[in-house]
Amino acid sequence: MSILVNKDTKVIVQGFTGKEGTFHSEQCMAYGTQIVGGVTPNKGGMTHLGKPVFNTVEEAVKATGATVSMIFVPPAFVSDAVMEAADAGIELAVIITEGAPVRDMMYAKHYATKKGMKTIGPNCPGIITAEECKIGIMPGHIFKKGNVGLISKSGTLTYEASNQVVKEDLGITTAVGIGGDPIIGLSYKELLPMFEEDPETEAIVMIGEIGGDLEIQAAKLIKEKITKPVIAFIAGQTAPKGKRMGHAGAIISGSKGTAAEKMAALKEAGAYVVESPADIGVTVAKALKERKK
Amino acid sequence: MNIHEYQAKEIFRKYGVPTPRGGVAFSGPEARKVAEELGGNLWVVKAQIHAGGRGKAGGVKLARTLDEVEKIAEEMLGMTLVTHQTGPEGKVVKKVYVEEGADIKAEYYLGMVLDRALEMPVMMASTEGGMEIEEVAEKTPEKIVKVAIDPTIGFQPFHARKLAFGLGLGKDEQKEFIKFAQALYNVYMDNDAEMIEINPLIKTGEGKFLALDAKMGFDDNALYRHPDIADMRDLDEEEPTEIEAKKYGLSYIKLDGNVGCMVNGAGLAMATMDIIKHEGGEPANFLDVGGGANPDTVAKGFEIILSDPNVKSIFVNIFGGIVRCDRIANGILQATEKVEVNVPVIVRLDGTNAEEAAEILRNANIKNIIPATDLKDGAQKAVKAAKGEL
Repeated sequence: MSILVNKDTKVIVQGFTGKEGTFHSEQCMAYGTQIVGGVTPNKGGMTHLGKPVFNTVEEAVKATGATVSMIFVPPAFVSDAVMEAADAGIELAVIITEGAPVRDMMYAKHYATKKGMKTIGPNCPGIITAEECKIGIMPGHIFKKGNVGLISKSGTLTYEASNQVVKEDLGITTAVGIGGDPIIGLSYKELLPMFEEDPETEAIVMIGEIGGDLEIQAAKLIKEKITKPVIAFIAGQTAPKGKRMGHAGAIISGSKGTAAEKMAALKEAGAYVVESPADIGVTVAKALKERKK
Repeated sequence: MNIHEYQAKEIFRKYGVPTPRGGVAFSGPEARKVAEELGGNLWVVKAQIHAGGRGKAGGVKLARTLDEVEKIAEEMLGMTLVTHQTGPEGKVVKKVYVEEGADIKAEYYLGMVLDRALEMPVMMASTEGGMEIEEVAEKTPEKIVKVAIDPTIGFQPFHARKLAFGLGLGKDEQKEFIKFAQALYNVYMDNDAEMIEINPLIKTGEGKFLALDAKMGFDDNALYRHPDIADMRDLDEEEPTEIEAKKYGLSYIKLDGNVGCMVNGAGLAMATMDIIKHEGGEPANFLDVGGGANPDTVAKGFEIILSDPNVKSIFVNIFGGIVRCDRIANGILQATEKVEVNVPVIVRLDGTNAEEAAEILRNANIKNIIPATDLKDGAQKAVKAAKGEL
């Protein structure tokens, strides 16, 4: 078991024939992901990487039965691509593109929600169910199969965390990179309950960062509804106020959105809050051992 | 990206958001000329820097004669203003804004920002004009009225009425206020603003509303479709090293410590700063070299980190995913040939082909380059090296 995607998930790629789209689609296919086709306007009818190319998402969905779209189009076209996917009945859009305007994402997410389409990202590494299905740009081989769910705002920190978990002889069920933009798709509050219900997941790692209050919302939810151990790390304990730390959303505005505030809320909610990013793996192992006693 | 008050007011006027009349000046005589053209017998001279709290720091002054305008402008230009938003080093005033005096009957606060939890813009108003809104929110939150505006329906009169009632405005004033708020919403949405703050918004003796101050910030990702706003960027307001870094696709922020960091990925870069602190050191910077850490970007990274004389050691922390560690190791070696690195460099490479990478570094046998086995080991070595204990 896993959440959201597995070996049977059929995926199309929007921006399939571009440089990034091509490179990462190939990597995903090599990992075992069922990429069944792609969409590039005016290239319909072509075959790319051995898969059919369509002019519209609607045609692609009809012909292939895909339920998930991986989006690689340039930032200025992201909201159009997301809305097209929602309109065509796609169930989950994984938006990899970095640099989409916030206003565009606001409209796109409103429309996706209205159409019942889930989104992940933008500006994220994507989602991976270990040894089954990779939809994104992460290095697949560091995600060994296991019983730990992973939710993270940061790409390389996701790899770091998975690597640490694997070094403890444990592994990952599904890892979701949710991105660090001001407006994002699925976040902790939707994903934590999914991992709670997934019978294979026994512990959940959540990696947050400064800015916004998604981690505070997550803390409330953990306290009320999550029974599995949650191991949390918040990046940016040493970040100065008012400076944007790489991610568009990683900024402490006034006194809001600090790491200290988020860590305190998570601790209070019963999560294992890790101060050093080097301790994520060992803390997961410790939490699982304690749970089994 | 942030802009100056005078630039924000230019945008306001284009959209029919009323402001006092004024003009920008770069010298005393220029300021005098602006005041002369405005006419009247009361002017305000305002320092143009990207920071709030100018009034308290002496950056906003009243003048009653043209001589006074000139004198104040001359004093202000070149002066370093230190406010609660500039940091202790302050900001040098390079231009002033000369504005006609206004007849202030009441002061309010009006602002717009994205509410990330609601995923919509909110407009906020308060009767506590002139006060720091953060402080009002903390001490007397009941004095702030907020409306979230669903962008799919846009700004409606009921939104404005809710704010107007919250401010205790009478029937005639409401009409004026609704027009003002509607125009402000258009400014925010049309220009991909990230934040607008009018503090204070004033009511004049005639019952008109005027934006006496104006602060605006924009979504960097949307600047490509607003070339007129992108042109308003004032490089004097930004750290030169941060601008230089951006040219090479690096994201750099200078901090006060002595352990330099070079990392791939923003989250891991923040986490690296955190672990340096956790191990007893102080990070000198945030530096994200991005996904493609190649010899050129790494060399530029070294150059930028070393431009800070406080740096005593550098921690290179790279998690190689799709970019393999052995390639990055070679990149680091090539970079050290391009840039003279005279402090210990602790290198931690993990992920794809990490072992090959470690061997490349060992075989190169460069005395300044010290391999680390993992995140913790790297951080500890970097902290020790900065203290001269390695």
